[in-house]
Amino acid sequence: MVPEFGHFALILALALAVLLSSVPLAGALTGRSALQGFARPLATGQFVFIAIAFMALTRAFLLDDFSVAYVANNSNSLLPWYYKFSAVWGGHEGSLLLWILVLSGWTLAVAIFSRRLPADLLAQVLSVMGMVNVGFLLFILLTSNPFERLLPNVPADGTDLNPLLQDVGLIIHPPMLYMGYVGFSVAFAFAIAALMRGRLDSAWARWTRPWTTVAWCFLSLGIALGSWWAYYELGWGGWWFWDPVENASFLPWLAGTALMHSLAVTEKRGVFKSWTVLLAILTFSLSLLGTFLVRSGVLTSVHAFASDPTRGQFILALLGITIVASLTLYGFRAPAVHTRVRYGALSREVFLLMNNVLLMAAMLVVLVGTLYPLVLDYLGGGTLSVGEPYFNLTFSPLAVAVALMLGAGVFSRWKRTDGGWLGRQLLWPAAVSLLIAVIVPLWLGGFEPWAFVGCFAASWVLVATVRDIWGKSASRHGRMHGLRRLTRSYYGMVFGHLGMAVVMAGATVVSNYGVERDVRMTPGDQARIGDLTFRFESIGDREGPNYTAQQGVFEVREEGRLVTTLYPEKRIYNVQRSVMTEAGIDAGLFRDLFVALGEPVNGASAWAVRIQHKPLVRWLWLGAIFMAFGGGLAISDKRYRLRRRERKETDRQNASGVGEPAAEGGPG
Amino acid sequence: MRAFCLLALLLVTLNAAATSATYQFESEADRERFRTLTSELRCPKCQNQAIADSNAPIASDMREQVHRMVVEGRSNDAIMEAMVSRFGEFVRYRPQVEPRTWLLWLTPLIAVGVGLIVIGVLLIRSSRRSPESSVLSEEDRQRADALLNGSPRDD
Amino acid sequence: MRRLYLFIPLALAVALGVVLASGIGRDTSSLDSALIGEPVPAFELATLSDPDGARTPDVFRGQTQLLNVWGTWCPSCRVEHPELMRLADEKGIPIVGLNYKDNRDAALKWLEERGDPYSVTLFDPQGAFGFDLGVYGAPETYIIDAEGIVRYRHVGVVNEQVWRETLAPVFEQYRQEG
Repeated sequence: MVPEFGHFALILALALAVLLSSVPLAGALTGRSALQGFARPLATGQFVFIAIAFMALTRAFLLDDFSVAYVANNSNSLLPWYYKFSAVWGGHEGSLLLWILVLSGWTLAVAIFSRRLPADLLAQVLSVMGMVNVGFLLFILLTSNPFERLLPNVPADGTDLNPLLQDVGLIIHPPMLYMGYVGFSVAFAFAIAALMRGRLDSAWARWTRPWTTVAWCFLSLGIALGSWWAYYELGWGGWWFWDPVENASFLPWLAGTALMHSLAVTEKRGVFKSWTVLLAILTFSLSLLGTFLVRSGVLTSVHAFASDPTRGQFILALLGITIVASLTLYGFRAPAVHTRVRYGALSREVFLLMNNVLLMAAMLVVLVGTLYPLVLDYLGGGTLSVGEPYFNLTFSPLAVAVALMLGAGVFSRWKRTDGGWLGRQLLWPAAVSLLIAVIVPLWLGGFEPWAFVGCFAASWVLVATVRDIWGKSASRHGRMHGLRRLTRSYYGMVFGHLGMAVVMAGATVVSNYGVERDVRMTPGDQARIGDLTFRFESIGDREGPNYTAQQGVFEVREEGRLVTTLYPEKRIYNVQRSVMTEAGIDAGLFRDLFVALGEPVNGASAWAVRIQHKPLVRWLWLGAIFMAFGGGLAISDKRYRLRRRERKETDRQNASGVGEPAAEGGPG
Repeated sequence: MRAFCLLALLLVTLNAAATSATYQFESEADRERFRTLTSELRCPKCQNQAIADSNAPIASDMREQVHRMVVEGRSNDAIMEAMVSRFGEFVRYRPQVEPRTWLLWLTPLIAVGVGLIVIGVLLIRSSRRSPESSVLSEEDRQRADALLNGSPRDD
Repeated sequence: MRRLYLFIPLALAVALGVVLASGIGRDTSSLDSALIGEPVPAFELATLSDPDGARTPDVFRGQTQLLNVWGTWCPSCRVEHPELMRLADEKGIPIVGLNYKDNRDAALKWLEERGDPYSVTLFDPQGAFGFDLGVYGAPETYIIDAEGIVRYRHVGVVNEQVWRETLAPVFEQYRQEG
């Protein structure tokens, strides 16, 4: 009965979502505050029913209810309980339910944390989020019902969760990723509401900023987790493959990063409004596009869900309606008038605009690279592949350019920056970075052009950021006082930028100086990488909860001293009979040692073994943690807490003409 | 999120290592060449892997052929060409520069170029319009004052 | 006028949508052969039944034929075999077999047990000719015209529906031209 309750809860949630998307909006448009007041209870109710549905599905998994088709296809009674829990989002239907849960969660969060927002604006924002909810609830109910039963022939046991997904990284990766993806819907809803009201002003940017930042933090962590998981679970030691599905999550990240920066300009200076609002729409559209690419089967990917044309068509229709409606609204309502604010060529405005140009170019490179084969095929241009070499060649220079611009940009001031002064500020970062960029590659094993450029860019960001803190923390009352005086949002920015430097350093060093050896080894054999000796000690059988494994033992020594012992495994999962490679990894801040078992050669005495030394590979994920931490700091700035109290007044001021007048049409 | 198709499951094992471990080369340069070529050739069977990482039988055949041609001393271009003539442009992970891929390769340049032009236009407008408009409003104010008070004020 | 610029994103989005819509339901797993419109690559192979006889691309001259790539190790080949028998026996379609990376005895036994739909079966144990042909997974079926030019390739099992809807129209077209 419980699964039916779940299904019924989803239907009720749909009904509430329909009401949410219409009633408060009607209230806002007609000025009836009684109708606007429905927004918050409806958002709450919608979340509650979706949560009930989610719990019903979770219960089915934990209790091994194989009469539910989705459970039977994605679980097994032998699965450890925590994987049974994460198996809830291990397939298309359940992960879609998680998507919707997260979406309604964000809707609820807006309802809770935006109490100080003008009631009509809040009503409009929640209505827009309600519309997105309607779309996805229809999607799940009409094409992908997770509660479908296998009656009367209930299978005795499930076909198990895909072994690749039986992993800690995969328990948290999808929720994080969805928190990010879906979180951009808030910025989107604010943008649409602002367009409907015809009032795009600094207040709008200020309200949107913290939401965008939170979503961005989650997405950064989600992508990093995915990369980390691919690194140790796929068995190759690669950390980014430019696979369409990876690109799908990277696109909204790039657009979201641009959005965060352009929101800063719009908030502080009231300029580039049309651009910022377009970015807000674009970022969420790219999230939807990602969802479409992953679930429609239009592109081949190692990661895609089993494709189903009906689902593809439905989600494309959803994507189409969302984008066409919002861009049409944009076309009619976005301000076409240029604001009369003055800024010089070296102003912070222009630096942030350059950041946007470069990030958008990077986003376009990824987007065009991902979709080009599809477009070419459509135009009858034949088949073609766009892979890693293309992205490395086009994306890397843009990333370096972003870093160079960033290092100079942190010193810039609003309105105008003195060129000579800026030059003097940059002297130190340039000198130090040059030194680092020469020394580090030589120390790591020889000069490489890309290593030089990458190290320069990373240290440029680092040194410029530190120099900027130094300059800004100067105080008559001592350095500590100066440091304490800087705001949390400033430190947030610092951590975000340091995170970028760390990621760049990691990516540069590991791709240029990582060593990879494929060797054939029998127990007793040794292989060397630099000063490290990898000795294949033995191989034996091991019994896991739902798999059997052959586990190798490798001792790694440096000049006779034992560094670590690694236990790579070759697992065979009992139910799906699939073979998985579990790499043995010794993680370190400065290097990872990585051993993976390939196939036995010559019967079973010798094994093909892949041995890797990966310097700074951890920095890739460490940098993402820095970024997310920075974002967290930024939104905890007391500015936002104070402002929340003052919002009513701000809005009154804006309404009375302090903000930019709308291009056309009065307030909604 | 990342549920995988059954096909992919069969491919993620490390069979690639089994074969590449056994290849012999005359020089380190040749080994490097082999590494580059096999990482830039896409497997036609399993599709989202380079032949270096795939364990489909065809990928292993292709590696063998690449190895043979590298040892024979054929150039990288010739080896790529030999593969493309059999399996089509599909196997090239690095698309060639040709009319149908111009747009692909020019994307970064176009994007950055357009962006720079827009910024340039904005800067010219900003520097041209703002002083004028402030001068005009100054004049307007004076004119308005003159109309109201009968004479321009000096302050 | 300036407002028109604001509609550019909409136009781009719609264009992209059309392309994406066309991609839905597309089969991304099979590739067109690189040899379409090209002559069959040169080869000199023994046949399955005659280890000493050497055959060249001349076997494809004279009439439009099917070239079917198969092996006893390939489960899908087992599935499509009855359809090939039907095509050869009932429709009189000439089929050249290419026994790919296989063992001669096993292959001969297979044909003995299941029937032999092939006019001749080329024996390619190393897969050298298959490689030149761009075979990436058996079974594959090619349509080769009377001049020995490759006209079409189907990757995967040939069944009644595939024959009727995909292969037969192309085959008839070239047979009539030849």
